[in-house]
Amino acid sequence: MSQNKMIQRYKASERFNHWFVAICFILAALSGIGFFHPGFFWLTNLFGGSTWARILHPFFGVIMFLFFIVWVARVWKYNHVTAADWQWVKHLGDILRSRTNNLPEIGKYNLGQKYLTRTLLVAIILLLASGILIWQPWFASVFPIELRRMAVLIHAFSAFVALMCFIVHVYAAYWTRGSIRAMTQGTVTVAWAKHHCMAWYKEMVSKN
Amino acid sequence: MALQSLDIKARSATSTLSPLVRTAVTEVVKLIDISKCIGCKACQVACMEWNDLRDSVGKNIGVYDNPADLSDQSWTVMRFSEVEVNSGRLEWLIRKDGCMHCSEPGCLKACPAPDAIIQYSNGIVDFHEEHCIGCGYCIMGCPFNIPRMSKKDSKVYKCTLCSDRVAVGLEPACVKTCPTGAIIFGSKEDMIHHAEDRIFDLKERGYQRAGLYNPPGVGGTHVMYVLQHADQPELYHELPKDPGISPEVILWKGISKTVMNIGLGTAILGGIFHYVTQGPNEVSEAEEEKQ
Repeated sequence: MSQNKMIQRYKASERFNHWFVAICFILAALSGIGFFHPGFFWLTNLFGGSTWARILHPFFGVIMFLFFIVWVARVWKYNHVTAADWQWVKHLGDILRSRTNNLPEIGKYNLGQKYLTRTLLVAIILLLASGILIWQPWFASVFPIELRRMAVLIHAFSAFVALMCFIVHVYAAYWTRGSIRAMTQGTVTVAWAKHHCMAWYKEMVSKN
Repeated sequence: MALQSLDIKARSATSTLSPLVRTAVTEVVKLIDISKCIGCKACQVACMEWNDLRDSVGKNIGVYDNPADLSDQSWTVMRFSEVEVNSGRLEWLIRKDGCMHCSEPGCLKACPAPDAIIQYSNGIVDFHEEHCIGCGYCIMGCPFNIPRMSKKDSKVYKCTLCSDRVAVGLEPACVKTCPTGAIIFGSKEDMIHHAEDRIFDLKERGYQRAGLYNPPGVGGTHVMYVLQHADQPELYHELPKDPGISPEVILWKGISKTVMNIGLGTAILGGIFHYVTQGPNEVSEAEEEKQ
């Protein structure tokens, strides 16, 4: 592998940004899911006890939100849906069966990745907004109780959506060999770039 | 269990059964006869005295309610309402506000911390603050706006129905101190029977709509009111006519937990089985070598 030609996919600052969001997401998820279902309550012990989990959870969330917004701002220019994306999605059945020849040439991200980012953006904005409404002891008491009841339901549902996105994202990264390297060392092989993101590869070549 | 003498019926955030072997004891009820209340607030003082609570001295807000609201230091408050049900005839309705000890407690349903909220088999719903994590979910679960979070320790407090006194055969402190007998305490059956007599009397005295407040929307309560105007409970400082756990809380703490857990589990299993049946999405060696 190491003798293969490499191409830069993520700069060090982008990798830092991504992993900062990922760590905050995992901490927020582990501390929060215990409050959603008693079967997961034991996870709150990871944070030094359930009261500590309650205290820390919103701070994990707010920090995640801030860094996620920065992340989205950085990748947004690659997030415009193109005609090739809609062609690509027609081959989704083949892709899932690892039949990946003769796919349309797409950019840096495929349609799934683009919509994953968008879904997470909506979910995380909802999580922040509803989270502030139920944040004890700082903010919750100033909001009407009916609004807080709505917020707690929205918070649980948005967290569910975000967790589903997380599972899909982690699995897709693992399943698509050579991708994790892009987010750990910053590079992918030229063959990887041509195979998965031909339009992006051509753009990179023409730039340099 | 070891340190208390009341049997447990339900515990917060616990999906398995509570100990059931001992025969359930009689359910208790505190009956508050509003037509007998003179608004002396002795019950508030008794509550403070027994529970070692001292609220800060507040400000007069133009009504007799003092303190103006429930708090972590005031687990019961007299609510004074001036109403004219029949025009020209002023009535002063004084309701002793506090936890209703619902049979289907919204606070317990909403609470995520195991054992922080306990429902005893005698009907008392008690907060065990040492297990409270301070999330405030019980406040959202309560249909009566009762639990109050302390600014001192971020834990939530409310009337215990003097579970410590009841456990050793004493009546609650407010009952013991009430000078007019407006608050009485006993078995649910006896209290309902007593209330029926009082309602009969009230009707004879012209209160045709007198009745017992024991709302079925929360499975009945273990604090009941005799109301002169039972058809209009909202006259009594917004006592809800048909209280129940809000639909959002029911959805949140009910079906959504199951559906979302199944969803997450299915997604994880889906990934595993996709991988073991389809294998990884690889760039072939031929493609790599071409470069």
